[in-house]
Amino acid sequence: MMNKNTKLKGYLVNTVALAVLLMAFLILNANFKTPFYSVVFIPSLWQISYLIILAASLNLVLGFLGQLSLGHCGFMAIGAYTAALLSLYFERAGIFTDKKAPVFIVSILVSLLAGGLLAAIVGIIVGIPALRLKGDYLAIITLGFGMIICNVINNLPFAGMEGLSKGSAAASLYKTGLGFGNTLKTKYAWVAIVITILCLAAMFMFIRSRFGRAIESIRDDEIAASASGINVSLYKVGTFVYSAFFAGIAGGLFACCNSSLSTASFAFTNGSILNSTFIVVMVVVGGMGSLTGSMLSAVLMFLLNYVIKNVIKASGMPLFVQNLFKYPMLVYAIVLIIVIMFKPKGILGTREFSLVNTIEYIKGKLGKKAVKEGGSK
Amino acid sequence: MERTPVLKTVNLGITFGGLRAVEDFNIEIYEGELVGLIGPNGAGKTTVFNLLTGVYTPTEGKFYLSGKNMNGKKTHQVVAEGIARTFQNIRLFKQMTVLENVKVALNSKYEYKFFASLFRTPKFWRKEEELDKEARDLLSIFNLENKANYIASNLPYGQQRKLEIARALATGMKILLLDEPAAGMNPTETAELLECIKIIRERFGIAILLIEHDMSLVMNVCERIQVINFGKTIAFGLPHEIANNQEVIEAYLGKNED
Ligand SMILES: Nc1ncnc2c1ncn2[C@@H]1O[C@H](COP(=O)(O)OP(=O)(O)OP(=O)(O)O)[C@@H](O)[C@H]1O
Ligand SMILES: [Mg+2]
Repeated sequence: MMNKNTKLKGYLVNTVALAVLLMAFLILNANFKTPFYSVVFIPSLWQISYLIILAASLNLVLGFLGQLSLGHCGFMAIGAYTAALLSLYFERAGIFTDKKAPVFIVSILVSLLAGGLLAAIVGIIVGIPALRLKGDYLAIITLGFGMIICNVINNLPFAGMEGLSKGSAAASLYKTGLGFGNTLKTKYAWVAIVITILCLAAMFMFIRSRFGRAIESIRDDEIAASASGINVSLYKVGTFVYSAFFAGIAGGLFACCNSSLSTASFAFTNGSILNSTFIVVMVVVGGMGSLTGSMLSAVLMFLLNYVIKNVIKASGMPLFVQNLFKYPMLVYAIVLIIVIMFKPKGILGTREFSLVNTIEYIKGKLGKKAVKEGGSK
Repeated sequence: MERTPVLKTVNLGITFGGLRAVEDFNIEIYEGELVGLIGPNGAGKTTVFNLLTGVYTPTEGKFYLSGKNMNGKKTHQVVAEGIARTFQNIRLFKQMTVLENVKVALNSKYEYKFFASLFRTPKFWRKEEELDKEARDLLSIFNLENKANYIASNLPYGQQRKLEIARALATGMKILLLDEPAAGMNPTETAELLECIKIIRERFGIAILLIEHDMSLVMNVCERIQVINFGKTIAFGLPHEIANNQEVIEAYLGKNED
């Protein structure tokens, strides 16, 4: 039975659980001041936040709509640059100059939202022509669009090499606009967490509705979907745009926790954690069609990346082992192959982790145990 | 006063490159009627369905639903106007549950805005509840209500066929096009299918156009039959007339050369 009350109960349980976790985090945040915490843990938290949003939003297109898009980082770039430029504009206009003042949160939120909206608008422009194609052709054209977006940004006088990205790493973002140092990252970490939660909630509400059913039907059989009255092209573009919006928000978060921006961070050939193929790998590993799977794999892949980048080098392992990890993309590719071989549907497949069901499950187990113990007495 | 036919085609035809798959196809179907469309393999029957549902654009002729011209409409628009169909090779939403399969087709009947779903407004819950109820009602016609949460592709073949019909019914059509619904069914399943078709006609009072190779089924249920061969209509009339039509017998069995 589709039962409103059990669902509302589920929402309540999740909200309470998240609120408790957030409170716990805030207390921890206020009292915990070790260098590890502010230099390693907090920046990682920011990175994980935007990786989760990226993976989950791409999953809407890849796992639920069933269309292969390789240009997701392009939308992220738009979000990052828009948010950074807007906050810079605020700064120069003399509003929101004090990053420590409580009102600065308005600047953050407005910039993120603007980044999301502009990414969504570009999503419409790219989506309408691109989504007429399918499969490999769609993959290639979205890949192309992603590159075009980065090139356009690079050549905009105020954004690219002549503007925002000018100079070295210690460039403009630190001094003005977004681009938090470790103190501010710690101060605003809750913003990253709350935004990630809100984005995921918005995606869940979307897929657990008639819209979600419609796009899943398109994934399963386009012809049957249209014969069931679904406007296939409308839903395709709609989902693509919705997904681009969240990629834009993720980009905004990226701009918050980096000292400078360069389109190279979003380029397809970029060997680090941020490129469109890497996000696809995250989605596939987590399970196409599982948002919680994307969350899980975003965390796992981040950790993997962290280990490759930091632990291996410092481990004092023999050089030839270290050299193996010189090419992180190679490692991700191997991870992908392993997952596809042993768990073709990804870690969670199309299932979603549900707190209520888990509680019920544990209750059931405990109940059985109690019965057993009762019986043996 | 003359009744307007639910479906009317006027010299409908389509040419693929050099191949005239369907030509001069004329048919009139009235409310509550069950008409059979038969013909040998490759005669153009499925192509007629594809023309009527906007999958192909006709190169000649026109077709009307309740007097309204449907030429040039996209599939989902034709469906919204009231033409529903099933497919010769079953096309279910394989990874979705049986219930969800039907719910997809109720998508536009129980409409709510995107923001209603985002904020889970009372309207959202009301619509979803009504939708759920109607979907389950439809499943119960085909005795599928206790399989509502099965993944569609896990159903046995006969039930997959039924689910496809249930999904087509959910679109709220005026005319239902069934493309070989009994194909691959055993005699028991075929008998059940016949029963279902009967119930559909009683409950919904819609017109049905049926493609079928099972002659006993066609002769049993159809009120009128139209026969096509190589895209051309070669006969139409009552079942017993068709059964004794020389040209039809030749088309199916070949000409007696002597
Ligand atoms: N898209 C297409 N392009 C080219 N030819 C096509 C196309 N669709 C159908 N045809 C041709 O049109 C003819 C009629 O095909 P159709 O599928 O309508 O036959 P049918 O009567 O449904 O046969 P069956 O009983 O085998 O299902 C065939 O010769 C087929 O090859
Ligand atoms: Mg056919």
